[in-house]
Amino acid sequence: MHPFVLALIGGGLVGLAAVMMMGLKGRIAGVSGILSGAFTDSSGERLWRILFVLGIAIGGAIPELISDSFVPPAPDTSTLLVIIGGLTVGLGTGLGSGCTSGHGICGISRLSPRSMVATCTFMAAGFICVFLLKHVFGG
Amino acid sequence: MPLQKKYRLLASLASGIVFGLGMAISGMTNTDRVQGFLDLAGAWDPTLAFVMAGGMMVTFIGYKFILKNPAPLLADMFHVPTKTDIDKPLLVGAILFGAGWGLVGYCPGPAIAGISYGYLATLIFVPTMIIGMLLAKPVSKIF
Repeated sequence: MHPFVLALIGGGLVGLAAVMMMGLKGRIAGVSGILSGAFTDSSGERLWRILFVLGIAIGGAIPELISDSFVPPAPDTSTLLVIIGGLTVGLGTGLGSGCTSGHGICGISRLSPRSMVATCTFMAAGFICVFLLKHVFGG
Repeated sequence: MPLQKKYRLLASLASGIVFGLGMAISGMTNTDRVQGFLDLAGAWDPTLAFVMAGGMMVTFIGYKFILKNPAPLLADMFHVPTKTDIDKPLLVGAILFGAGWGLVGYCPGPAIAGISYGYLATLIFVPTMIIGMLLAKPVSKIF
């Protein structure tokens, strides 16, 4: 199947997960918020968060059981940059109250101005970062 | 444990599985593809745009029907963010997040969905990302 078709189907499944989360539990399916809350929220609010995150890891493992073509190459980034990237992604989503799923998919679907501004901002920052990485510092 | 609570936990797990499945099928666990989307000046890879389009279409329509109801099926109320101001933490956070996203090609969802490949980079990225998230609260006091 063409990668764009798989992308559209995969995106649709992410949307379905967001709809399930809102329709059943009344929650935004934002990965960064749910994950950080698994550590910081009150004890009664932790288990569902852990299960959602665990579910993502389980769901992510299913396609590779069906076909090796779903296994991507390893990230081509030095360990130092992975650590810096991990810290900035965590800190940034924490400060900015969301990531690609919470702001990008759920927030824009609710027509939230904050999410639209956040999404445009992190996209722009991503474009600039990759430009510097690949074309200025020659990655 | 009351039955409704059990169903709620099951709903979280099921939503997570569908989410992770979508991530892995869509190619978003491939950091090359994500960086390829962000590389406007290189061989641009539009895959991520299709993922966002698919996700938004389903969510936009789904939310329209769901949010008309007084409450979700298994809980008392909807927990929808009510903040509307575009403040400094939102903008600074989004800039930092975008920069880290470009640097590695991972945002939180795909990084977790990609754990099963067992790549060292992924296994380092996820815990450092969690440390970053936990740092957000003390750092936000600066603003």
